Amino acid sequence: MTGAPVLALRGVSKRFGAVQALTDVHLEVHAGEVVALVGDNGAGKSTLVKTIAGVHPIDEGVIEWEGKAVNINRPQDAQQLGVATVYQDLALCDNLDVVGNLFLGRELKRFGTLDEVAMEKRARELLDTLSIRIPSVRIPIAGLSGGQRQVVAIARALVGDPKIVILDEPTAALGVEQTAQVLDLVERLRQRGLGVILISHNMADVKAVADTVAVLRLGRNNGSFEVASTSHEEIISAITGATDNAVTRRQARIAEEAK
Amino acid sequence: MSTETPTTPAPAVDPRLLVRKEGLAGYFDEFTRKIRSGELGSLPVVVGLVIIAAIFQFKTGTFLNANNLTNITKWIAGPGLIAVGVVFVLLLGEIDLSLGSVAGATAAITSVLSVRQGLNEWLAIVLAIASAIAIGALHGYFFAKIGVPAFVVTLAGMLAWNGLQMLVLGELGTVNNPMDGVVANLDTYFLGDGDIVWAWLFAILAIVLFAGGQLLDSRRRSAAGLPSRPISEIALRTGVIGVVLLVAAYMLNQDSGLPLPLVILVSVVALGDFVLRRTGYGRQIFAVGGGIEAARRAGINVAWVRISVYMISAGLAGFGGLFIASQQGSADKALGSGNVLMSAIAAAVIGGTSLFGGRGKTWSALLGALVIQSITTGLDMVHAQQAIQYMITGAVLLAAVVLDSVSRRTQKSHGRG
Repeated sequence: MTGAPVLALRGVSKRFGAVQALTDVHLEVHAGEVVALVGDNGAGKSTLVKTIAGVHPIDEGVIEWEGKAVNINRPQDAQQLGVATVYQDLALCDNLDVVGNLFLGRELKRFGTLDEVAMEKRARELLDTLSIRIPSVRIPIAGLSGGQRQVVAIARALVGDPKIVILDEPTAALGVEQTAQVLDLVERLRQRGLGVILISHNMADVKAVADTVAVLRLGRNNGSFEVASTSHEEIISAITGATDNAVTRRQARIAEEAK
Repeated sequence: MSTETPTTPAPAVDPRLLVRKEGLAGYFDEFTRKIRSGELGSLPVVVGLVIIAAIFQFKTGTFLNANNLTNITKWIAGPGLIAVGVVFVLLLGEIDLSLGSVAGATAAITSVLSVRQGLNEWLAIVLAIASAIAIGALHGYFFAKIGVPAFVVTLAGMLAWNGLQMLVLGELGTVNNPMDGVVANLDTYFLGDGDIVWAWLFAILAIVLFAGGQLLDSRRRSAAGLPSRPISEIALRTGVIGVVLLVAAYMLNQDSGLPLPLVILVSVVALGDFVLRRTGYGRQIFAVGGGIEAARRAGINVAWVRISVYMISAGLAGFGGLFIASQQGSADKALGSGNVLMSAIAAAVIGGTSLFGGRGKTWSALLGALVIQSITTGLDMVHAQQAIQYMITGAVLLAAVVLDSVSRRTQKSHGRG
């Protein structure tokens, strides 16, 4: 990737009481780049994402936004910078329709009242540009399938024109076709020049859409790979730490001795 | 680095999309689809009203007389106003059990201030309703900030404010409404002292506003390239509403004209509907009722929405209490006790507001109050005992809740829960 990263984390650490959740973590996200954030459970993926989203302020290190150091202490700070987060539990209102959910908290107004026409128009435009197909924008969320809800949640993140979108396991609960739809959507976000941070346990998804894979292990960076030139196994071994255990150390020692 | 650009397929028409036929046929298709999938709306209550009216008309022969219908529209004001407050609380998925006591306490404060303390009656009313709103704020505070279940807070309130009502009224108890005072007139005044112009004027104004609003909305939507209601559908809807309103105006004019309590109730219902459907605040109420976590993440101040809704419900209950006092001629220790609260909750639910939160309209308070008052009045006319009245009203409430639960389940199975 050329140019300065939109978002860069430099030496970020985060501690919860006695637990060192993140230690000296580095991460860069460029415009139009999909960065997959992978790691085992407890590796610190969620914590890292929450520091970017402003849920947990960082203890040490620097977060840079378009080259300038910024403080992200509250979720609003992150939103104002242009970070949109889609959490795993989508947090949509079942009883409101698609338009109502897309604009919840930032309704368009006209003479002080809700401008349903303008909101519906923008909702349709947004869903069209993302090639999202749902039965109707006036259907309550409760009437949509899991995949449709996921794409609505992602579309909702885009209403505020963010520069970075964080997706927390967007395909975890989805079937084959719905997963493909969400992956299509991720690629469309990249085409629109957004930086995407994708958390996933599914290597097939990661290989399919990500440009870069950043591996976290026990709260530290454990390698960053170009997806195109990295094999499945290399990523898996970085996640599980298979490159650093008794077996590999012994093999390395034997190889050393053989020389 | 992946350089392949995904080819975006032209958005073909998904076979699952809801495609509506043009014109009236599409309107009826949509209607039957909604009924099948459990979105019953106001249909059960309208059917219920027709059946109730038919039964009592058959039994008494005088139920549909202009005089009786006028009385019913006057008497629904008190319970109806309380029921509008209940709708707001039910939309949050909560309950307010204190509303009967709040209504009684407000009526007591008003009459004691104006009659015994000699305060200006308008000032007394303002102070009393302000105290009702303060009571609601207190309930809301304990519920939203301290985290006590609303059920318990308002149950405590039911007892406490009934105590306040007795304390305010004191040893002497009942306070009669001052002759020809504001409170006394609430129930008995007819617009223009019974001039028939008013009923016609309001009916025609409502029809014009309704049709105009629909046409403007339709035009804006088609200008924006969105699907809009066809003219035929607007005409049909306006026609149905117009016939109902004009018949109502005609019937009222056969008796004494347009009663003030009806005008106030309908205005409050219409205002409430506007707030709920057209303002950001109303959207926030629905959001909190439909998903607290989603509402919170959208930046909605959940605690304030909850507190303010309890303020609205208590304020409207106080207002309704004044109408009940006006109707019975006095404020006494029993005002607001008995089945006042249950009737208001029943009215909201019978009218179609869900007990499970997030679904409902203020119009359901009006329709539900009409149903309950029609049953009560009809049973009075056939000289049924109070015991029978309670049992029938209870059965109707149960039927409404069953309908709500079943329609919710049907909606779930049709993917619209």
